[in-house]
Amino acid sequence: MILLWLLLIPGVGGALAWAVGGRGPEWPRRVAVGALAIDLLLAAALIGPAAAGRSQWIARLDLPWIPQLGISFELDLDGLSLVLILLTIALGIVSVVISRTEITDRVGFFHANLLWTVTGVIGVFLALDLFLFFFFWELMLVPMYFVIALWGHENRFYASIKFFIFTQGSGLLMLVAILGLVFIHWHQSGQLTFDYFALLGTKMSQTTALLLMLGFFIAFAVKLPVFPFHTWLPDAHTEAPTAGSVLLAGVLLKTGAYGLLRFVVPLFPGAAHMFAPVAMALAVVGILYGALLAFAQNDMKRLVAYSSISHMGFVLLGVFAWNTLALDGVVMQMLAHGVSTGALFILVGALQERIHTRNMRLMGGLWGVLPRLSGFAMIFAIASLGLPGLGNFIGEFLILLGSYQASVVFTVIAGRSRGVTSRGDGGVAPRDHRARRLSATGLRPSGAKHRMATP
Amino acid sequence: MNGAAFTAFAPFELLGALTIAVMLLIAIRRDHRLTALATIGGLALCCVVLPIAAPTASTPVTPLFVVDGPALFYAELVLLAALVVAILSYTYLDGMGDGPREEYYLLLLIATLGAALLPASVHFASFFLGIETLSISLLGLIGYASPRREAVEAGTKYLILGGAASAFLVFGMALIYADLGTMSFVQIGVLARVANAPDLFRLAGVAMILAAVGFKLSLVPFHMWTPDIYEGAPAPVTAFVAVVSKIAVFAVVLRYFVLAENHADGALHTGLILIAVLSMIGGNLLALLQDNVKRMLAYSSIAHLGYLLVALLAARSLGIDAAAFYLAAYAVTSLGAFGIVGLLSAPGTGRDADRIEDYRGLFRTRPFLAASLALMMLSLAGMPPTMGFIGKFYLVVAGVGTGLVWPVAALVLGSVIGLYYYLRVLVAMAMPVPDASEANPPAPVSRSGTAVIAVLLLLLVTLGVYPAPMIALIHMTVGQG
Repeated sequence: MILLWLLLIPGVGGALAWAVGGRGPEWPRRVAVGALAIDLLLAAALIGPAAAGRSQWIARLDLPWIPQLGISFELDLDGLSLVLILLTIALGIVSVVISRTEITDRVGFFHANLLWTVTGVIGVFLALDLFLFFFFWELMLVPMYFVIALWGHENRFYASIKFFIFTQGSGLLMLVAILGLVFIHWHQSGQLTFDYFALLGTKMSQTTALLLMLGFFIAFAVKLPVFPFHTWLPDAHTEAPTAGSVLLAGVLLKTGAYGLLRFVVPLFPGAAHMFAPVAMALAVVGILYGALLAFAQNDMKRLVAYSSISHMGFVLLGVFAWNTLALDGVVMQMLAHGVSTGALFILVGALQERIHTRNMRLMGGLWGVLPRLSGFAMIFAIASLGLPGLGNFIGEFLILLGSYQASVVFTVIAGRSRGVTSRGDGGVAPRDHRARRLSATGLRPSGAKHRMATP
Repeated sequence: MNGAAFTAFAPFELLGALTIAVMLLIAIRRDHRLTALATIGGLALCCVVLPIAAPTASTPVTPLFVVDGPALFYAELVLLAALVVAILSYTYLDGMGDGPREEYYLLLLIATLGAALLPASVHFASFFLGIETLSISLLGLIGYASPRREAVEAGTKYLILGGAASAFLVFGMALIYADLGTMSFVQIGVLARVANAPDLFRLAGVAMILAAVGFKLSLVPFHMWTPDIYEGAPAPVTAFVAVVSKIAVFAVVLRYFVLAENHADGALHTGLILIAVLSMIGGNLLALLQDNVKRMLAYSSIAHLGYLLVALLAARSLGIDAAAFYLAAYAVTSLGAFGIVGLLSAPGTGRDADRIEDYRGLFRTRPFLAASLALMMLSLAGMPPTMGFIGKFYLVVAGVGTGLVWPVAALVLGSVIGLYYYLRVLVAMAMPVPDASEANPPAPVSRSGTAVIAVLLLLLVTLGVYPAPMIALIHMTVGQG
């Protein structure tokens, strides 16, 4: 039952926040923080049983939903889901708190959408009925779309529609793949079910498995995002309000990684193994390409967005390396990226609110004026670049260590790619006086990142 | 017609009696409110009587009709939709000022009678009579009671094109009769199975029927009339055309093609696949280009009927159930969408609120209607938590289960294209209010209209989150026994 409460509290909290919106802007904020705090405590209470480690599954819930089609309301929680849910709720609280000054318009509806996004994401992390998973997968898009479209920056309509079409279109491919899998299982066992555990180990020909796996893979690859499917991300991240960017980068991208870990590899182990070289190649291209584009940006938010593509490339690399080291690294990387990128988006948002621009060429000499903010920016920027002693380093290091066992070539390219980008960065930066000054202030996270990440 | 058949047929008899009663009422006393009340009350009574009078087993009523699960399910859907249209029409006509309005309800009832009988038809004669009763009164509804020139134009268009389509229908039926010597659906199926050689008469006949049905369901390439009629007709009539007539015709087509399966030697299957793919892609692409919400919804309905053909093609595996659920979802959603368009319109001014600019800032000026319309659009786009999501899921289940590669691919592609224009409406509603309307606050919206929208919204979300009861009902009535 506790899993249902995890979902219900932010869901109902969202409706409540909307309802009290008429009483003044403080009320929705209080309701939102309150609901999320209770939810966080509830999730934290599950850490104990998780640490006891009796079985992989800490809590489960199975209610009949659409019995005629073999669909049930099945929620299961294991360590991976728990960690990601904790991250989701924590970033949810952060998003509410930092929106105090930025969101002054339709406050109630804004917080409703934030909480519903959190609800959808928690649902994605919990659902182990494939239809329920798809339900939440689509459901989380709608409130996020509203957050971008209603409270975003100048180009928000374009960005929000692009975000929606990319993710929903790929989601439909996943639906077809889910149904393909379900029907194959149906023909074999005579039982129509969307239950994850029943579908594990369904036997099928190699070609079928590869096609179905691709359906899942593309949906998750768009979300993650993986190289050719990434184009929605810079727009959506840039145009979203700060809270939206934090949730997008911190949480929504993780649903893609979670899907790869939970569904793609376990459901289609053979096909995933066959596909691994391609996926790892895409990962390496993403790492390189994201980093290259990141340092070509003047818009600070776009820069952080592109650096996310690069970081998520490591996640993809780790997933398809598929050994304990790499997978530990993937989870670590997801958490660390959630925190550090979330923080960077908050800092950019705070800067934009104060100086009304995100253009870094206009930001020279900020350290003197804003020493503390710049200090924080530097800490999170070096965290993001993977300085030893900070979380991201552990994640990336473990991933590289693990993927070395799977493929030396891709690991070397991934490792070296950072050197390449940093050299390119070093070539560009000094040509522009202001940019150089800025990178010296530490306010140019990615610029600093690549220089220092050279192995 | 024995006693059992008479009882089973009670809701249809009641509907006929109601039509006559309303006609007499108008002759005695012209009063808009009274006529509307009689119509609404009578339709509500029919909706209640139908499940009560429902026979336990399928009951043939003369060779023309059969009252069975599917007939009852779709007839109830038709009656409920007509009830909603009647309530919405009252608000709309009331805002139009003086002039004769009472005959509108008479036409509405006759059209509903034709539509309600279609799902029960098992014979070419009743098939044709039902469609004609429906279309001819629709013609009046489209052009009647509106001072707008477009309405008259739309009515004339419907008259000419609809007449041509009916001619095709009759000719097609005649050709099949010439070949097989029977007009009963069941007999056609039986005889066609025996006569194995492909036959030119039968093929031509089926092709003509398909063309006529394609016109009535506005499928590509027989869709040309749709946007003009949808735009020209008053919003509640558009809702009627989009929902009631589509449900009725689709129900009879479903019965015909399932009962008299394969009488066209496979050519029908290929033709339907082609039409389905064209409708899904074409409808969605054309909808992209529209700035007029009614025209956009017209093209989108073309696409939705294309989606429904996937269910028809998958009739052997879950397709029948999927079609029933999708039609119900489509009915709720379209009634809601056109209902809101109607509520926002000021019919007295001779223009419906159909331009996309009319929706600017709606989230601010009318939050409830805007949120409702937003959910309707999401349902049309197939997003959770709405019925449209479950419906589309059901269709894809049926399509994948039957291995319909191309139609399913077109469905996915069409849905992605469709997102763009549905979201456009949402974006428009989210935009800042244009200055002009800030000066004068929006006119109040009628309470009955708002209540109808609220009920539709409740259905849309409840059955979108917990569809099991609806699916159970469909299994019970429509499901193949």
